[in-house]
Amino acid sequence: MLLKNIRLESLYVLGLLIVTMSLLSPYFLSISNFLNILLATSVIGILAIGSTFVISSAGLDLSVGSVMGLAGVAGAVVMNQLGLNWVFGILACIIAGGIAGFFNGQLVTRAKIPAFIVTLGMLGVARGTALLLCDGKPIYGLSNEFLFLGQGRPFGIPFPVVIFIVVALITHYILASTKFGKHTLVIGDNQIAAVAMGININRHKVQLYALSGGLAGLAGMIFTSRVNAGDPTAGLNYELTAITAAIIGGTNLFGGKGSIIGTFIGALIMGVLQNGLNLLAVQSYYQRMAIGAVLILAVWFDQINRQKT
Amino acid sequence: MSFLEIKDLSKNFGTVKVLDHVTLSVKKGSVIGLVGDNGAGKSTLMKIVTGIHKPSSGSILLEDRELTRIPTSKIRLLGIEMIYQDLALARQQDISSNIFLGREPVKKLFGINLGLVDKQKMDKDSMKIIKDLGANVPSVQYQAGLLSGGQQQTIAIARALTFSPKLVIMDEPTAALAVKEVQHVLELILKLKSDGISVILISHRLNDIFEVSDRILVLRQGQIVADEIKAKTSMNQIVSYIVGAE
Repeated sequence: MLLKNIRLESLYVLGLLIVTMSLLSPYFLSISNFLNILLATSVIGILAIGSTFVISSAGLDLSVGSVMGLAGVAGAVVMNQLGLNWVFGILACIIAGGIAGFFNGQLVTRAKIPAFIVTLGMLGVARGTALLLCDGKPIYGLSNEFLFLGQGRPFGIPFPVVIFIVVALITHYILASTKFGKHTLVIGDNQIAAVAMGININRHKVQLYALSGGLAGLAGMIFTSRVNAGDPTAGLNYELTAITAAIIGGTNLFGGKGSIIGTFIGALIMGVLQNGLNLLAVQSYYQRMAIGAVLILAVWFDQINRQKT
Repeated sequence: MSFLEIKDLSKNFGTVKVLDHVTLSVKKGSVIGLVGDNGAGKSTLMKIVTGIHKPSSGSILLEDRELTRIPTSKIRLLGIEMIYQDLALARQQDISSNIFLGREPVKKLFGINLGLVDKQKMDKDSMKIIKDLGANVPSVQYQAGLLSGGQQQTIAIARALTFSPKLVIMDEPTAALAVKEVQHVLELILKLKSDGISVILISHRLNDIFEVSDRILVLRQGQIVADEIKAKTSMNQIVSYIVGAE
């Protein structure tokens, strides 16, 4: 059931990466390092899940990194400056992200502005709003309950990993097995058919962008808790890694195809790559280059495959 | 009593007048052939009936209900189905997803409706519908885009018939088909008629039109220029209406 949705190439790549890294670094192959990878992947992975929904409907959300930063600051403001408790902090993160996504969706559907432009604009607007909210300075010192979300380790498993896996499972079934998921793929596959068959595509797209924003908010919450600060620069350039993870996970860049389990593997590939390069003490500048190159290569291979069939 | 009544319908795309005060009616259980040259406005007219385009002026009554104010997503529920020339299939999705597109059956989980699609029922019902249509496909889990033209046409027809429609509009359903498959579609149209379903058939193939229609309407430059009972007209007369010689 799960296996059917995975693109086999991505599993091979993941396997190859794991074998290579194990041979190159004696520290790579261990349970604690594996948990590290999952922990480091959780934020990017949740962003990538949102991207998978949007991209498989033939949309694009470039704003997830900035929205994640905005959401984290919003949560910190609600807890530290308004003095509300951690539950409202969580809600503030997710709602702030959802609202940003809702605006993206409205602009894409009602104003008919291309998603590329809308979300590129939102990338700037959300980042600016985050900086404005906290006057450019991180908000430190959050409550212990809130810190558990990013730093807690029930049964030795980092809590962000728990959140990531639960979110991945739920969203996998939403995309693969519900009406909402099916319609998402159909809109990406053939928008005219979707309209002709009575799917309300505008409402659906707004929901997709709001979902992507809400998930970015959740990612922002985890990040804020992990670093114990509402940081206005959080999530800078994360959209690059998130979109790359979705694409190498088998999401069709032009819509119509995508699965969360695939994206999960895609995110793991990015995580293993970064972790391995860290262990090998490769400068972070090269890592950025590697991620960009992987995105281009993944799309290139996909094009070649498409031409063959 | 007329089942579908189109009154004084006009449509402009910008400054271009595509439909010009079109009036026509369709009786229950009758087959209407709609012909006309390329660009005469046939497809636009039908897309207004199905709600994809909104008219610039005029009205459409389906069993005395005004259609033009009903949102596109609701019109299908009233029993109007259209089989599009470009088939409107989602090519990367499988056959059963295409047949049930927009109307997937859902199953409850622990008594709660979570919008979970009942894929098993979808596959089973799809297989049955396709078999009933006398068609052959390898499996309903096959990607629609990998099928032949005739098979794709069958999927599109199967989709239209699944939810007991009252009116089926077919836009060039036989254009891309082999001879044997054409005959099959025409027989299907007559079967729909005998079940009391109204059919509007758009086609360039006058042979097909004459074989199944009760009435033939000719559109030219957005206007209805002829509305003839089949028995009282001839192919030559219809051709001269189409080209504007009469």
